[in-house]
Amino acid sequence: MAELRIEGLRAEVAGREILHGIDLVVGSGEVHAVMGPNGSGKSTLSHMLMGKPGYVVTGGSATLDGIDLLTLPTWQRAHAGLFLAMQYPVEVPGVALDDLLVEALSATGRDASIVHAALGTEAERIGLATRLLDRPVNVDLSGGEKKRNETMQLAVLRPRFAVLDELDSGLDIDALRACARRIEAATTEFDLGVLAITHYTRLLEELKPDVVHILVKGRIVATGGPEIADTLEDTGYAAWLTDDEPAPVAADPLADPFADPFA
Amino acid sequence: MTLSDVPPASTAWLDDRRRAAAQRLGEPSLPTTDEEVWRYSRIDELQLTDWSAPSAPARTDLPPAVAELLSTIGERAATVVLCDGFVVHAEISPHWADRGVFAGRILDAPAGAEAALGAVAGEGVDVFGPLNDARTADPVLVHVPAGVVLDRPVVVVDWIEREGVAVHPRLVVHLGRDAEATVLEWQGSAAVAALSLPLVELELEAAARLHHGSVQMRSDAVWQIATQLSRVATDATLDSTQVALGADYGRTRTDCRLVGRGATGDLRAVYFGAGTQTLDFRTFQQHAAPDTTSNLMFKGVVDDHSRSVYTGLIKVEKDARGTNAFQTNRNIKLSDHAWAESVPNLEIETNDVRCSHASTVGPIDEDQRFYLESRGVRPEVADRLIVAGFFDEVLESFPVPEVVATVDAVIQQRLDRGAGPR
Repeated sequence: MAELRIEGLRAEVAGREILHGIDLVVGSGEVHAVMGPNGSGKSTLSHMLMGKPGYVVTGGSATLDGIDLLTLPTWQRAHAGLFLAMQYPVEVPGVALDDLLVEALSATGRDASIVHAALGTEAERIGLATRLLDRPVNVDLSGGEKKRNETMQLAVLRPRFAVLDELDSGLDIDALRACARRIEAATTEFDLGVLAITHYTRLLEELKPDVVHILVKGRIVATGGPEIADTLEDTGYAAWLTDDEPAPVAADPLADPFADPFA
Repeated sequence: MTLSDVPPASTAWLDDRRRAAAQRLGEPSLPTTDEEVWRYSRIDELQLTDWSAPSAPARTDLPPAVAELLSTIGERAATVVLCDGFVVHAEISPHWADRGVFAGRILDAPAGAEAALGAVAGEGVDVFGPLNDARTADPVLVHVPAGVVLDRPVVVVDWIEREGVAVHPRLVVHLGRDAEATVLEWQGSAAVAALSLPLVELELEAAARLHHGSVQMRSDAVWQIATQLSRVATDATLDSTQVALGADYGRTRTDCRLVGRGATGDLRAVYFGAGTQTLDFRTFQQHAAPDTTSNLMFKGVVDDHSRSVYTGLIKVEKDARGTNAFQTNRNIKLSDHAWAESVPNLEIETNDVRCSHASTVGPIDEDQRFYLESRGVRPEVADRLIVAGFFDEVLESFPVPEVVATVDAVIQQRLDRGAGPR
C-alpha cells in the first residue's frame, strides 16, 4: 500500500506563514477530509502539494511512497502519482482536452491510445455531455461542468493520490453526487487515495471519509472519524476556535461586510 | 503552362504607367521613424541602392518547395507562380476559364484589364505605392466575374531565388458583384538576401465574398515591406488572414476600406518572431459607410531577441453610423530579450457606433502552464500546447486549411528549438 505522508509542513505565501506544521498520512484507497473555515490554509495546502508557484515551503516534508514531492517540479509530482483537482480549473484556449491527456499519459510512458475511449466512458459515468469534450480545456464550461471535467481527467489519468480542492464549491447537487460517486468508486477501482479539502460537509455525504481533519489557522486541531463531520454540521467550526481568536470567517475579504453577524 | 520566354514583361500601356509613376516619384525618399506610422520600424536601415531589380528570373521551373506546396493544396482553380518578380507559371482550370475567370499576368488578360491596376491603390499610401507602380516587373491579375463562385482556391506563389535582388510584386484581385473566391498568397524564398516590396489590391464589388490568406515564409535575410489595400463595397465581405513567419524585417501595412453599406472586413494575423527578426504590422480599418463591420484579431509570439510591432487605427467617418469595429492584438513573449509593441487607436467621427480595442503583451500565462503541468505535462510541452492553442483561434479559420499543417510545422519547429533554458 502506498501512502501520501505530510509531516510538520510549514509554508508561507508572500512572506506570511499560512501553514504552521501539518501532519497527516493518507493510505491508498483511503479518503481523508480536511475541513476548515475560510482562511484556514486549505487551499494553500493543496497548492503546496502540487507545487504552485508563489508558495514557499519553510519546513517539514511531503512524500508519496517515500518520494520527496517538495523538491520536484509540478509535472514530476504528477508523474509520482499525485493529482490536484483544482478549485478554479483554468481555461486554456486552443488546447484540446484529448491532446492534453495524450501528452499527460505518454509523458509517463503509458498507453495514450486509450484516451478517446476512456473519455467517452468517463464522460458518461460523470454525466458530462460528450459534445463538451471537443471544447478547448475548460473553455466556456460552467462551474459545474469544470468540476465534472476535473473528475473525468482524474478518472482517465488514474493517479495514486488525488487532492480535491473544494471540489464541491459551486456544484449543484446532481454534479456533486456524480463527481463524489466517481471518486468513491476510484478508491476501490484503482485504489485511489483521496485528500478532500472542503469547507462544507455535503461532499462527504457521497464521498465517505475514513478520517476527518479539522484545519484551523494553519494547524490541524482535531482528527477523527466521520463523526467529527457530524459535530461540525451541528455546531460549525466554533468548537475548534479558541476564545481569543476571532472567527476567521470574518477575515474573508469577499465576505459581505453588511451581513448580519448573528445570522 | 510554363512561360519559357519570360521577361521583360511589357507593353505600351504598362511602360507608360511605369514611366509616369517614376516621374511622379523622382528620387524616392524613404520615410523616417519620426513618422508615427513608421515609429519602431527599421526603415532607417534600408538603402534602396543596396539592391538591384533583376532583368530575368533565376529559374523558370518550379522550385521544389513550391512544387511541394502545390501538391499539398491539391486541386486549384488557378495557379500563378512568380520567381524573382516575374510570372514563370500560370494555369487555370478550363472549367473556370470558360466562365470568364482570369488568373495570370495582367498583360495576358483581356483588353480593359489594365483599369483594375491601381483602382484600389490609387497613388498609394506612402512611397512604396509609386515605387511599386514604377518598378513592378510583371503585375498579376485575378479576376472573378459577377456571380461566379469558385469552389477551389486560386494560389499565387511569390518566390525569390536570386541573391541580392529587389522585387516589386503586384497582385490585383478583383471580384465582381456577388462573386466568391478563395485566394492564397504564398511568399517564399531560397536562402538568399533580398528586398521585397509587394503591393496587393483587393477589390470586392457589391455582395462579393473574398477569403484571402497570405503566408510569408521568406528566408531570414529577406527584407520585406508589403502593402495590402482593400476596398469592400455594399454587403461584400472580405476575410483576410496573414501568417508571418519569415524575413529579417517583415512589415505589412493593411488598409481595409469599407465603402458600401453593410460591408464587412475581418482581418486576422498570426506571427512568430525568432532570432533577431522584426515583424511589423500597421492596420487601418476605415469605415466610410453605414452599418459596416470590421473585426481585427492579430496574435503574435516573440522569442529570442526578436521584436514585433503592432499599431492599428479604427477610423469611423461621419456617415458611418451603425458601425461595429473591433480590434484586438495579443502578444506572448517567450524570452526576456524579446520585445513587442502594441498601440491600438480609435478615431470616431460619429455617434451610434460600437467599437472596442484591446491589446496585451506578456509571457505565457502562469496559471495555464501550472494547470497543464499539474496533469503531468512537462513545462516545455505545456508551452508548446499553449502557443499552438493561442494561434489556433486564427489558424482554425485559415481560408486554405490544407496549408495550415505546413504553418504549424514551422511553428512547432521554432518551439522545439527554443525549448530548454535560455
